[in-house]
Amino acid sequence: MTNTVVITGIGLLSSLGEDIAAHVDAARGQRGAVIDRETFAPYPVHPLGAVELDRQIPKKSDQRQMEPWQRIGVYAAGLALDSAGIKGDADAKDRLHVIVAAGGGERDHAVDGQILTGLKSAANPGVFLNERLLGDLRPTLFLAQLSNLLAGNISIVHGVTGPSRTFMGEEQAGVDAVRVAHARIAAGQADMILVGGSYNAERRDMLLLFELGGALLKGVPTPTFRRLPGQDGMVTGSVGAFLVLESAQSAAARGARVLARLDAVSADRVRREDGAITRSLTEQLAGHHVAPDGLLVSAAPGLAGPAAEEQAALAAVAPGRTPLAVGDLVGHAIEAAFPAAVALAAALLSAGEASSALVSGVGHHRGEGLASLSAA
Amino acid sequence: MTTDLRDAHGRPLVAITGMGLVTSLGQGKADNWARLTAGQSGIHRITRFPVEGLRTTIAGTVDDLFNEPFAAPELSEKLAMLAADEAVGQAGLGRKGDFPGQLFMAVPPVELEWPQKQVLASASNEAVSYDTLLAAAAAHTHRAYHAMFLFGTVADRIADHFGTKGSPISLSTACSSGATAIQMGVEAIRRGETEAALCIGTDGSVHAEALIRFSLLSALSTHNDPPEEASKPFSKNRDGFVMGEGGAALVLESYASARARGAEILGFVLGCGEKGDGFHRTRSSPDGRPAIVAMQEALADAGLEPDHIDYVNAHGTSTPENDKMEAMSCTAVFGPRMTTLPISSNKSMVGHTLTAAGAVEAVFSMLTIANGRIPPTINYREPDPNIPLDVVPNVARDARVRRVISNSFGFGGQNTCLVFGDAPV
Repeated sequence: MTNTVVITGIGLLSSLGEDIAAHVDAARGQRGAVIDRETFAPYPVHPLGAVELDRQIPKKSDQRQMEPWQRIGVYAAGLALDSAGIKGDADAKDRLHVIVAAGGGERDHAVDGQILTGLKSAANPGVFLNERLLGDLRPTLFLAQLSNLLAGNISIVHGVTGPSRTFMGEEQAGVDAVRVAHARIAAGQADMILVGGSYNAERRDMLLLFELGGALLKGVPTPTFRRLPGQDGMVTGSVGAFLVLESAQSAAARGARVLARLDAVSADRVRREDGAITRSLTEQLAGHHVAPDGLLVSAAPGLAGPAAEEQAALAAVAPGRTPLAVGDLVGHAIEAAFPAAVALAAALLSAGEASSALVSGVGHHRGEGLASLSAA
Repeated sequence: MTTDLRDAHGRPLVAITGMGLVTSLGQGKADNWARLTAGQSGIHRITRFPVEGLRTTIAGTVDDLFNEPFAAPELSEKLAMLAADEAVGQAGLGRKGDFPGQLFMAVPPVELEWPQKQVLASASNEAVSYDTLLAAAAAHTHRAYHAMFLFGTVADRIADHFGTKGSPISLSTACSSGATAIQMGVEAIRRGETEAALCIGTDGSVHAEALIRFSLLSALSTHNDPPEEASKPFSKNRDGFVMGEGGAALVLESYASARARGAEILGFVLGCGEKGDGFHRTRSSPDGRPAIVAMQEALADAGLEPDHIDYVNAHGTSTPENDKMEAMSCTAVFGPRMTTLPISSNKSMVGHTLTAAGAVEAVFSMLTIANGRIPPTINYREPDPNIPLDVVPNVARDARVRRVISNSFGFGGQNTCLVFGDAPV
């Protein structure tokens, strides 16, 4: 590892809008979260704020070809490119690598409901399913569902023609995306990488998946690190979060503004037994420098057990401190949760809030990771 | 001495010490190779689900692995498990359940499937909506569905079974995913982050909706009868790809560590190249530049010139667009020599194994080198005058092959090329 890795671009789109300052204000407690408790009751969600899509996705035809999770991601990626000052730099975008953390696209809820209703009385369910899918599925919906098509759309809409890779695997995909991007730049395998993810929380199909596992909070959310067992769970949020990472040399050569240094990123996955998360994070902490007055920023999903274990590990390096839970500000954004937490930490450092930050990410079902940042 | 263990760029050389394979042709490298070089097809009529009313009724499914109904991620996991078992066994690296390296997995996207949704819908007698399903889910009596349809679960289970180290990567670059898994393993070893990597591509997702989605994009061959003649890459009458299933695994090791433990070296991943394409969601740039650059980058990464390549393992999907674009791009990279440089498509026999394809074809590329025998492109009866290439028509050919470039291209502008060789450059 030789190259210093810096953050030169941030794009955040959430229930708080697209203004970085609004997110910093929320982190400082000067602005409240936006939570919709009605639309998906009993499940509260942080809905996407008002956004004028044309500003980052000028062509209506492009907007139409995407589902919301892709539009959120493409929009946030555009914000990050703007922030890094490379939106208009065709040469930089031709060399820019992309790592996206993504899930899948959403179902056509109406079609699914009709088919499931029909299947109950269908004489030949298999044949009925074939007929209805052939007749009712929009051909282009598939492309709005494929995980790697967020990266594909970033390429098309923003003219980013460097290579892309898409990581899947819920929260840990976001951790690994940032970790691998950091490692490749540090090792000189790439100079500049656009990394991040997006999540559309306003989808019943995803609520269904997480409710099957009993992972959702119902009713009125309490703060993540005070959530009690039995009343805990995820409150998901629509979020797009992207970072432009680059080597310090690359940033200096093009005179880029450095928002923060990304010093180290680690990740692991342990079998979830009592104490396992604490042990995993404790081991990882050995690879991070944590200043006593540094910020603690957490991408915790909102489950009481994992949150307690995360806090126990952090208590060893920052006794008596409660991390800032990004989920309380913008909702838990699954694949985008860790990139959003790193983006917010970088924004806070850039705003002079502290000289360093430790970001923790513990997946609701698997995966544990850390990132440490310092002020530029 | 130490310089022998590094490549032309001064990086650790990456050796292959284990390989495993499952496709519609069979289980294991031996079976697959025998049938592939005999020009046999694994494509058959689908029996997994009713095909009445479908335009395409054939695929290269891998059947008979389950006695009961199963979901796509369960088959993907099984295929990965079988392939990895063979690869790790051959490599003889680490102890059972304690693989001393990282895991990189190309896995297909997953989502709750119709049978599970039907179970949830059965709780109600009224018109079904997602609220019906949510109400049923809230009883928490179907918890297993949650883990089954998380994107990270297949890799999780492989990581647990083989005891790989670190955070496993589940990745997608669409139809080049298998190649990307290998590329990521190579990069991690070159960084010195790990001495070994288990790289897997798997895809067991031929079900009605998956087939219909590709069908609605007019991507699939509709030459259903006879099934084994449907996939005809580079032929004038090619009319789309045939979905296939499979799993392939490679154990990659730094040459230094493989040699130190006296492992049998099967060959080397010499170079990796990739390029994005912002032209269109499903179509590639008309000038072929991204595919050309991906091949050139792979050659440069390997420290090789085009003349050093003995065989092109084609992406060769059998779609009108891909094969034309690939032929044009190869001609741009290899020049006039391309008319005599052998290029063949394994997909003519195993179909397009989608997420797994890049890894499946990596194993076939290595077997081509090891056996000195180039697998054919079968069903080549009507040459396309616009593709004047040596596609190794219909019959395998004996040839000394030292270096292969394997191409993988995917929806979303994904282009990944790998260079394999029998010895370091």
